[in-house]
Parts: sequence; structure tokens; C-alpha cells
Amino acid sequence: MNSFSYTRADAVETASREVSNNQTAQFVAGGTNILDLMKYNVERPTRLVDLTRLPLKEIEDTDKGLRLGALATNATTAYDERVEERYPLLSKAILAGASAQLRNMATDGGNLFQRTRCYYFYDTATPCNKREPGSGCSAINGYNRVCGILGTSESCIATHPSDMCVALAALKATVNVTGTEGERTVEFADFHRLPGNEPERDNNLKPGEIVTSIDLPADGERFAKNFTYLKLRDRASYAFALVSVAAALDLDGDTIKEARVALGGVAHKPWRKPEAEDLLKGQKATKENFERVAASLLEGAKGFGSNTFKIELAKRAIVRALTMAVNGQH
Amino acid sequence: MAATTHIGRSTRRVDGRAKVTGEAKYAAEFNTPGLTYGYVISSDIAKGKITKIDASDALSLPGVLQVFTHENAPRPAYFDRKFKDDDSPVGEKFKPLYSAEIQFSMQPIGLVVADSFEVARYAASLVKVEYKAETPETNLRKKPKGHKAPTGKTGFTPPKSRGNAAKAYKNAEVQFEAEYYHMPEHHNPMEMFASTVIVEEDGKLKIYDKTQGVANSQTYVTNIFGLSKEEARVINPYMGGGFGSGLRPQYQLYLAVMAARELNRSVRVVLTREQMFSFGHRPATLQTVSLGATKDGLLQAIKHEALGETSRFEEYTEVVVNWAGMLYHCDNVELGYYLRNLDTYTPLDMRAPGSVTGIAAFETAIDELSYKVGIDPLELRLKNYAEKNEFEGKPFSSKELRACYAQGAARFGWAKRPAQPRSMREGTKLIGWGVATGMWDAQQQKSAAKANLSVDGKLVVGSSTADIGTGTYTAMTMIAAETLGLPLDAVTFKLGDTTLPVAPLEGGSWTVASVGSAVKEACEAVAKKVFKMAKDVKDSPLSGASFDEVEFVEGKVQLKGDYSSGVSIVEAMRAGEVNFIEEETTTMPNMLKQMQYARNTHSAVFVEVEVDEDLGQICVRRVVSAIAGGRVISPKTARSQILGGVVWGISMALEEESVLDHHFGRFMNHNLAEYHVAVNADIHDIDVIFVEEHDDIVNPLGAKGLGEIGIVGVAAAIGNAVYHATGKRVRELPITLDKLL
Repeated sequence: MNSFSYTRADAVETASREVSNNQTAQFVAGGTNILDLMKYNVERPTRLVDLTRLPLKEIEDTDKGLRLGALATNATTAYDERVEERYPLLSKAILAGASAQLRNMATDGGNLFQRTRCYYFYDTATPCNKREPGSGCSAINGYNRVCGILGTSESCIATHPSDMCVALAALKATVNVTGTEGERTVEFADFHRLPGNEPERDNNLKPGEIVTSIDLPADGERFAKNFTYLKLRDRASYAFALVSVAAALDLDGDTIKEARVALGGVAHKPWRKPEAEDLLKGQKATKENFERVAASLLEGAKGFGSNTFKIELAKRAIVRALTMAVNGQH
Repeated sequence: MAATTHIGRSTRRVDGRAKVTGEAKYAAEFNTPGLTYGYVISSDIAKGKITKIDASDALSLPGVLQVFTHENAPRPAYFDRKFKDDDSPVGEKFKPLYSAEIQFSMQPIGLVVADSFEVARYAASLVKVEYKAETPETNLRKKPKGHKAPTGKTGFTPPKSRGNAAKAYKNAEVQFEAEYYHMPEHHNPMEMFASTVIVEEDGKLKIYDKTQGVANSQTYVTNIFGLSKEEARVINPYMGGGFGSGLRPQYQLYLAVMAARELNRSVRVVLTREQMFSFGHRPATLQTVSLGATKDGLLQAIKHEALGETSRFEEYTEVVVNWAGMLYHCDNVELGYYLRNLDTYTPLDMRAPGSVTGIAAFETAIDELSYKVGIDPLELRLKNYAEKNEFEGKPFSSKELRACYAQGAARFGWAKRPAQPRSMREGTKLIGWGVATGMWDAQQQKSAAKANLSVDGKLVVGSSTADIGTGTYTAMTMIAAETLGLPLDAVTFKLGDTTLPVAPLEGGSWTVASVGSAVKEACEAVAKKVFKMAKDVKDSPLSGASFDEVEFVEGKVQLKGDYSSGVSIVEAMRAGEVNFIEEETTTMPNMLKQMQYARNTHSAVFVEVEVDEDLGQICVRRVVSAIAGGRVISPKTARSQILGGVVWGISMALEEESVLDHHFGRFMNHNLAEYHVAVNADIHDIDVIFVEEHDDIVNPLGAKGLGEIGIVGVAAAIGNAVYHATGKRVRELPITLDKLL
């Protein structure tokens, strides 16, 4: 860990300005990821701007739905009665991640900025394009069990490790950000990006932009009954997803009015494909229909050796998750 | 007076309170004014040479005292034998910072010493290293050809064969052969390896070192640095898990002592979790088992061959292939054991070394045979039960394995098991039941102990052994208290200090048998003196008695069973006009008696798994582990030992692997987020049974040691249950979900 200066932000705008003006400055909130990365010498900020004193902790109803303050902790959010009742998929996804101690510290805004768990990203002895642009990707021909099978590029096959974000993608949340040029709202699907030839960039924010809140749309409440978050991993707790599926159905009898399916552990961002979801519109909730969705979602998937099994696993997980959602098994 | 019968009664850990309150201090927690901090720089490459190392930026940082590299570090000893320790295999010893050559990934190549840990760590990142890298070979399976391990002084005995297995296999009515493999695994104790070296005013070193044997660390340090034992005292009162990783001194000890001597300052070196993957580990092992049997399941031929990895510089060996020939009756047994040198560090004993590996494969093969001959796997084992060790023709000193099978099966409900795989199901979950056998040694080593009884009735007993979490403090306190008829709180047991009488390394499941026997003998020597004084008390009711006729209970010495005849210890010592009685003894195993017998612990492990039919996720729902381990001294810590072994067995079967990137020759999952060990959510019902087993051969206590046996057999039982559930046989550990898709 290098030596760095630390400052506590007292306003969003000044904090944003401070980081946008200094390329080696970074924000810190719960610190559950960046502090580890600094100890590993992977992140080397010269300045940390602490956001935790900003008034962004509230979870509140708005005319659009439910708004999660960026500094609400994962634990507070998962156990919030409104979230549990109206967006239980989100609650379930959050509780599938990390550990109780980490969820107590981690914030909702910070969760969006988790960096990949690719082994090579964490090990400074090995090349990694995400850590050192241009150094090469060790994972493509190396050990890639945790790596992606969809939307990968020649320069990076890393995945986004969040569980919470998979549910947010399925619920079509929107993210409110404030930067030096003012406020804007970003669709969740547009928040994270695919690696392309700039794998060092995880998301589409501009320098200095701060997530202030996340909006859960009111129409997401339709999915409070028939949903599931299915996380497949190498142990029953405290492990990142090999594949996870957030599945949500709006049913009329056994006919599907609308379906949402998002995948975690397979790509550089939570993976959604609206055309695949549309295959279920007006259709019966049958295994065959679910298999068609799975096939469509995994179209173009590519394995890299130790993660190739994820293609078949993801297909089976999608069918299972949708079946569970129909049956009201969470 | 509180109860003074302790052996066989459940009691809380005597050190439990100290541990949960933080009063118990570990090697990295001892402080001294002016302490400095060393941070190890690790090699990025696995093979090659350092061509340039530039520490100038690091040295210019305020607070940095020195950066030691191969260019400026001292070479205090030349010969390999100076670097030998009590557990080192044959071969050249690794000598930190002696040369520019890189022999394994994460090899220590420098030590930064600074006046704070944070500065040392940052400075380490500023040291620029250039390498001339060569291509490492770390893949055991790439060219699975090995050589025979060297025999002789290392104590490695080549496995024995008997009969003509090749011929018997060829002629057998039923033949079965398969290959089994498991990845390297690391011990991953909670506590990182650490040494705090305190330079005292007279220049002597007081060394707090994470080790399973302070005497071993002391020998290592004094030999290398040319010190007397008085000049280097090694202390380690507590250990946050060992599992074998502390059987050899790790390189932080060398580096801390070297730096302390060079700088004449107290130095602490703590390794990082990543660096915990830079030394010994359970070796990757490739095995072939061939079984020949009659149609009704009688074994005609056993062939068991293993290929294990070792480093380029040492020949690490373990007993992988001998077990089957001891567990089963079979006239024709052929065993082979080979090593292959790779560009990794030397492997190191890890809980039940060899046995856990060999039995995982062999007990799977027996299960596979059971389906081939159509006999229940438990029945097949009973059919081929060995009544003696057939390699040596020796009887077992005791062997209650049949009772393990019977009691375990009854508790588990094995009789209701349907024979066909895939015949139990709950929704999408397939249910399966499996069984396997376990076996380990019951050894006793030479050990010394000292007992000091003071006139106030307090007893202090000491031996340089370790408590690696196994319950040594508790068991020794119980043995001492019982021998002198004292309550537990009158007894203090001291360990982990080279000023105490020498004990062997804490390993091999021999601590209770070895140190316990020494403790008993030292306390008995004290008891004899007390008895003599008690006889001399005025009007002593014991005046005509011999030592064999008395017992020590409730603070008194009395005629056996006669509560009216007692003389209190305090009264006797006052009459004898002594303030304390101190006795030190060295206890040797009774070799003449022991060598006539095979001495082993046994177990039977029964497992129920559920496997998701589509997704491959496995849950171990129930385990019954029935243990034949002789006399149980401390039931609570004994049960905890077996529980811990079973938990680790689950972890080994389903989760643990140190994954190598063969291109870099480097372990890539070097943290506890990606090296998966079982968590609470993985563990469900575990039932431990200790079957009655009387044994007066193994040692005076009749205890066989329980440190290892709990893990042996668990992985095979789980794999066998997975097969019973799914009809899929996985011959490569760990059984991760992708292998079942």
C-alpha cells in the first residue's frame, strides 16, 4: 500500500470536483473492496475522498418507486421492509453475497463499483489488461474458472462479481449520478460496460461522477411474487457466483405477461437480453419455453477452458430459476 | 475438594477463556520497545535468475532501515546440514537470500526492515527486480513419469509387496482398475507464520515463533547462526492452527533472526496470506489402483501405485500406498511409490499425510469393486477384513474396526440402503449414501516432562510441546491432575518454551501418547516422594503400605478405595519439611513390547449427500464417524478433533485445491476468498462415536491419538455417496459441481 492523503467530503459537488481534477484520486465509501486492493498494491490512489458523511443514506418512497440512497448499506437495504415486500428479489440477491460483516459495511452505491475477482487482476506478478492496460490478459489461456463466457474481448474476460447488480438489472433500476456537469440518470443496462479494448474501464461514468441514489421502478413490484435469485458457487456461502440468475415473472394464471432474466458471473456486466425475455411474452410457463430463453441468452457464449462448463450450467440454471419463480420458490 | 477423576470426563478447554478474551498471545503479538518490522519480497517468477535488484527507492523512504537481498545478506552457514530440521526430507536445503537463483514462485528474494509495518510494506513495492525467466514445469500430469524415492537416513521405507499381484490380478474372476488424482492443497491455518525476535540487553535472542516444535526452531536457528541454546530461546505458547504447516521452520524465522543480528534490533516478520502459499503443501498425487477379486468379492490382488510431486531440491515422501495392504486380507499385494521433481516448493506433511491421499483413492476403488461384484460396500469390507498386519505378520495391539462398522452403520441406518445408484430422490435432489474406512498410526515418541508440586497443593507441569488447537493444554492438565489426585484448577501446564524439557514435534497424532506418558511418569515420580513422606507422618495409616497399594484422590494419598486411610498431600509435605517436590523424567516407548504389534487407529465413516440432478451442487447432509482410537483422555477436545477432521474431509472432498497456472508456475487462488475451505453453511449433521477399545501395548495411557484419524476416509465416503446418488464416479478431487454436469 502506497502512502496517500485522505479527505472527508462534506458536499457531493466538491467531492466530485476534487476527484475529476485529480486522476489519481478515488472515492471510498464502505471500503470493502478498495482497501483490499490497495493492500494488494492493485489500486494506488494518492488521495482518497471519503463519501460516508454525505447525507445519502436514506431509503425513501418517490413518485417513481423506491429510492435507495447510495450510502444505505447492503444490510440495511436487504432487511428494509419496503424492499423485502416490494422488491424481494433485490433483498435475496444482496443476502446471497459476501458475509454479514461485509454487508454491514458495504454500501449500495459502492456495490456497483466492485472490481472483478479475476485471479490475475489481484496478482501483480502476472500481466492483466484491466490492472495494467496493454500488459496482456493472463486469464484467456490460463485459469479462468471465475471468468466470463459472454461479451468477452481479446483483451479481457473478467466478470463483474456483484449479486446485487444482477437483481438491479432484472428490475430495470436506474442510477442517479452527480458530476461536475450536473445530475443525470443512467439506465442500469447502460451503467456497466463490456471490456472491449478498454478493460480498465468498468462502467460508463465520467471522471468524478458520484452515484447518489438508485431508483427501483414502481412497476418492478409486479415481480414480488414470482421471482428467484439462484446463485451457484463452489461453497454454500462466502463465494462469488460461478453463475447466478435473477428471474422474475409477471404471471396471469400460467401465462407469462412479462419476464425478466439477468445473469451474474458470466460477463463484464450483469447480462440481460430483452429479446430473450420477449420470447416468453404471452407464452405458457413451460420447460420448453424456458429452454428457448436459455438458448437465446447464451447465444454466442464462448468458454476458455476451465470456465467452459458455465455455458451449460448457465442454461440449466436459467431453466431452474424460471421454474422456481413460477412455483413461487425463492 | 473438587472431583479429581478427570480422564474420560468431559471438561472445557483450560485455555478457552484466554483464547476468547484475547489474553492468549500469538507469535506476532509479542511486543518490545524499539521493535522493527520486516516485510518479505516474493519472487514473481517460478524459475530463472534475478538479473538486477534495485532497492534505492525503498532505502530512501523515511523509516526504512535496510533492504536485505542476495546481494547484501549474510550467509551465516554453508553446509546443508546446518539448515536441516526435524522434519526435513533428504536433499539440498533452501537458504533464503543466498543466491540469485529462483527455484519456486513467491520465493523470498528480499526483506525490507522498517520502523513500521506499513512503511516496510510500501517500501517492498518500490524494490525493482529484473529477472531472466525460464519456463517452469509444475504440472504433475503432463509427463506422469517419476523416480523412486531415496531410502535410508530420511526414514523413508519403501513400500512392501507380498505374493504375486500381477499374476493374481490377471487370473482374477473380477478385475477393476482406475486412476485417481487430487490437486495440491495448502494448510491455510488462520494464523499467518510469524516470528518476533527480541534482542535482549545481553545480546541473547528471545524468539516467539509460530511452530509445532520450539525445539526444532531452536536447533535450526542455533545451527545456522552458530549460537548456543542459551543464546536463542524459542517460545510459542499458542498457535492459530498448524495442521502440519509448523512442522518445519518457515523462512520468516530465518529472515527475522538474520535481520535482528545484522541490525542488532528486535525484528518481527509476518507473512501475508498470499505468502502462505509459498511453502509446503499437500502434494498433488496421481494414483492407480488395480483390484482382482473372486465373483463373491474376496480380494485376490491389490496393486496400488502413486506418483507424488516434490521440489527440485528436496525429496518429500509420505506413506500413500501401504494402507490397503494393512486394511484388507489379500495374499497378493504390489505397491509402487514414485516422485517427480517440479518447480514448486517442497511439499510438507498436512493432516494425515499420505493416508488421507492413499485411502481416498483406495476406499473409492473398493466401492467401485462393490458395484462390480454386486455386494454391499460395507459387507465387502467385512468380507476382506484383515485380522493382522499381513505385511509383517503381526497382530494389532487392538483393532475395533468391526465395532466401528457395526456401531456406525446402526447409528446411520445403513441397513435401509437401496443397492442401486439413483434410487433415492427428493424433488430435484438425488440422495446417496456412502461408506469408507480410515486408518492411521498409533505412535509414541521419546518425550520429557517436569512436574513441580508445592506445599500449597499447586502443581506446575511443563514440557516443550505445542498446543496447535488440539487441546494439549487440557489433556495434559487432566493427566497430571488425575495422577496426583488434584482438582484441575490446582494444575498449570506449561508448554511451547525451549527452557522446558524437550518434547517431540507436535504431529503424527502422538502428542497425548508421548507427552502424556511423560507427564504421567513425572507426576508419578512426584507421587512416590509424596507417598514416602506420607508414610513417615506420625501414626500414618499408610506406614505398612507399598506404592502399588495406594491411590491419589481428592488431594490425599490413601489405601485404594479406603477413604478413611488418607494422608493429605499438604500434610505429608509439611511433615517431610519440603516446600516443593520437583521431578523431571524422560519417557521412552517400550520398544520391545510395542514392536511385536501393529499399532493403529481405525475409523468407519458413513455419509449422506444430496446432489442437485441438473446443477451438480452437493450438500453433505449427514456424517457418522465411528472411531477406534484407544482410550479417550479428554472426551470434549477429542470429539472436537474428530469434528474438525470431518469438516476438513468435507472441504477436501468438495472444495479444496491450490490451482496452479502452469504457464507462470504459480498458485493463483492464493487467498481465502478463492481457496475455498468449508464454511458453516456447508456443514450439517456430524455424529461422532468413540467405540470401546482397550490397549495396554501402545503406551501406559492406552490412548492412541486422534489428531489425524478424523479426516481419513471422509473424502472417499463422500465420493462414494455421490456415486450412489448420481451414478457418476468422480475420480479427481475436489468434486466440484462442473464434474457432475
